[in-house]
Amino acid sequence: MSDSTAIAHGAHAEAEAHEAHPAFLRHHFENVEQQADAAGFAMWLFLLTEVMFFGGLFTAYLIYRNWYYPAFVAASHQLDIFWGTLNTLLLISSSFTMAMGVWCAETRKKKGLVLCLVLTFILGIGFLGIKTIEYSEKIEKHHVPGFHYSLQSFLDPDSDPAAKAAGDKPLPLDMARHTEVYFSLYFVMTGMHAAHMIIGIAILGFMIFRARAGAYTAGHVTFVENFGLYWHFVDIIWIFLFPLLYLISRHANT
Amino acid sequence: MSATIVSLPDQSTARIPKVNFITKENGLLSWLLTGDHKRIAILYLISLSFFFFIGGALAGLIRLELLTPQTDLMATDTYNKVFTMHGVIMIFFFLVPSVPATLGNFLIPLMIGAKDLALPKINLLSWYLYIIGGILAIYTMASGGVDTGWTFTTPLSTHYVNTNVLSTGLAVFVAGFSSIFTGLNFIVTIHKMRCPGMTWFRMPLFVWAHYAASILMVLGTPVLAIAIVLVALERTIGIGVFDPTKGGDPLLFQHLFWFYSHPAVYIMILPGMGVISETISTFSRKRVFGYTAVAFSSVAIAVFGFFVWAHHMFIMGISNYSMLVFSLLTMLVAVPSAIKIFNWTFTLYKGSITFETPMLYTFGFMGLFTIGGLTGVFLGTSGTDIHLTETYFIVAHFHFVMVGGMLMAFLAGVHFWWPKMTGRMYPEKISQLAAVVTFIGFNLTFFPQFVLGTLGMPRRYASYPPEFQVLNVFSTAGATILGVGYLMPVLYLTWSLKYGAIAGNNPWQATGLEWQTQSPPLTENFLVTPIMDHEAYDYEWLENQNAKEVASVG
Repeated sequence: MSDSTAIAHGAHAEAEAHEAHPAFLRHHFENVEQQADAAGFAMWLFLLTEVMFFGGLFTAYLIYRNWYYPAFVAASHQLDIFWGTLNTLLLISSSFTMAMGVWCAETRKKKGLVLCLVLTFILGIGFLGIKTIEYSEKIEKHHVPGFHYSLQSFLDPDSDPAAKAAGDKPLPLDMARHTEVYFSLYFVMTGMHAAHMIIGIAILGFMIFRARAGAYTAGHVTFVENFGLYWHFVDIIWIFLFPLLYLISRHANT
Repeated sequence: MSATIVSLPDQSTARIPKVNFITKENGLLSWLLTGDHKRIAILYLISLSFFFFIGGALAGLIRLELLTPQTDLMATDTYNKVFTMHGVIMIFFFLVPSVPATLGNFLIPLMIGAKDLALPKINLLSWYLYIIGGILAIYTMASGGVDTGWTFTTPLSTHYVNTNVLSTGLAVFVAGFSSIFTGLNFIVTIHKMRCPGMTWFRMPLFVWAHYAASILMVLGTPVLAIAIVLVALERTIGIGVFDPTKGGDPLLFQHLFWFYSHPAVYIMILPGMGVISETISTFSRKRVFGYTAVAFSSVAIAVFGFFVWAHHMFIMGISNYSMLVFSLLTMLVAVPSAIKIFNWTFTLYKGSITFETPMLYTFGFMGLFTIGGLTGVFLGTSGTDIHLTETYFIVAHFHFVMVGGMLMAFLAGVHFWWPKMTGRMYPEKISQLAAVVTFIGFNLTFFPQFVLGTLGMPRRYASYPPEFQVLNVFSTAGATILGVGYLMPVLYLTWSLKYGAIAGNNPWQATGLEWQTQSPPLTENFLVTPIMDHEAYDYEWLENQNAKEVASVG
């Protein structure tokens, strides 16, 4: 048997491969479609792992919400629905600009792509800015679990404008203590979401840089498309977080 | 009866192909920055062996301590750290990546006729993540260790122990992402990179087994990741999700942890089962009996595997009803495992069986895995489990599956594909001896532990009542023999790199695509993209192929 023994079929494949061989086609793929297919499929699988990652948190949330419903309702009244809604709007808009960016890349509009990416970048930063405002409110009220957590707003709702506005009744001490579990989940879930946003914004910065050099408007748009999927996924996580954390029975007391 | 199927080229004229994936480029950097799945597999093989021997040394310390009833070798808290690190290293740094990251990485593209895995850079990334995780694990040991057991049970891990839970958690978290990326890469590759004619039911069963294991890696591991994040947050800032004083529930941690860690045992065993399907067919010269059933049983194990996790929690206060359901579901998993064992046995029936080293390990696997699997059914029965859990019966059970099953399969696979990976044969006689030594050592080590467990010796203690000493001495003696059995392959395989007989393309006369290319393969695997025009394990096709070749040379 010689060195070169291999199944000697498929000599055509070799010949075809030389016809269209753009620079971005990695050596181990037969053609551009296969490469784009594989990359897209891999991204969807990666998002599936992300779903499972957040799934653990959503499970924890659902269990504790069932057990400690009054505490969860009272604690959710501490969140500012205005900032939450504004953030939802910002994220949905950023998903729109991202989708437009993918379209611009596909139709090879370089200026449009850069504009869309910059807009997405700004909207993402805006989201994080508002999140910072919200977090600092929680810190001021001692609603961060583990750091001198205060039950004041739940034992004596009249002392707290937000609780008072929602018409909360004082919770028994036992139940009030469980608001800490709510805020734990609030911080872990929104924190994990924010971590994904930060990673996304960092990649966006890199992409703006590359897009200006015309990297994505020469027919190879896989990276932009896959990043778009990631960005929409992060958006969707928020679409679930917003009602679960902010909108639990807004009108429970009316 | 012919004693062997090995057909080597004429040693006086044969040579290793000058151009292959090993000689393509030289220098350390060409290895550390490679995208070639075969080179990454070799990197994994070296680093995995390193961690295996660290874990093995820790196991040796455990057995040495248990030689006598008193705690005389080490303090009890040191003992806790030793068995914890043994578990963490063996599970996360050896068993989970063992077959997939080495053999799977090397062989899946070859077996499906692809040039590489779909995502070579991600593949390299996963090796680096594995190494970072490994360095963190070694740092943990060097800086004082951790003593929670590999299960990180709350509230022990979050509130009570004062050891390196965080660095261990980070090590496992990072290694987990390595595993996620490996699984993801395999799924994409198997879906998108098959060569023309390679339909799903023409794929070798090794690939099916890896596909099933990859699904478990992709869906299970992220849940472990979030469980570890929550433990870390609980431990550092006390968020209360697992803390009963704040309304959290430690049982939730158990659910999240075992939601990964039970499927993880199938991540460990399924690729091993894939190896066995290949070796048993090759050394019986027969198509695997019930190919479709074996393929689907892998998928069935992956699916059922996700719905049995609470059988680890029968004594932890879950309700009787969930105990009943999980007990029944657990027995259901035994069905696809049994399908595999029965089909392999039928493959042997009327086959032309030869007893080369991989086949000896394969027989070891079949016997020991069957015992390990059946005792798993005992433990899945809730009443029996309550009696036997946290005793040495559990220890013996999972070592029969993991060491007797998985490690035997790993060694079978390494020997079987060694000629493909290096171009040279391992020495046959001494390796047969090693296989027998391993089998004897294994049984002597772990069979007494079944007896100890039923007598009531609890696990995870450095001391025990004197009446258990005889069996423990047997076990420790067995562990020594087992250690010799594992050292031998390292020595003679290293020796064979230089002095082994030249293997040629297909020393076993096996049918897989990987055997139809040169050994060691080219970086691009095949000269031209192969076209698959026959079933897997088609020995008639192979004979025709060989006949044609002889005719054309003549």
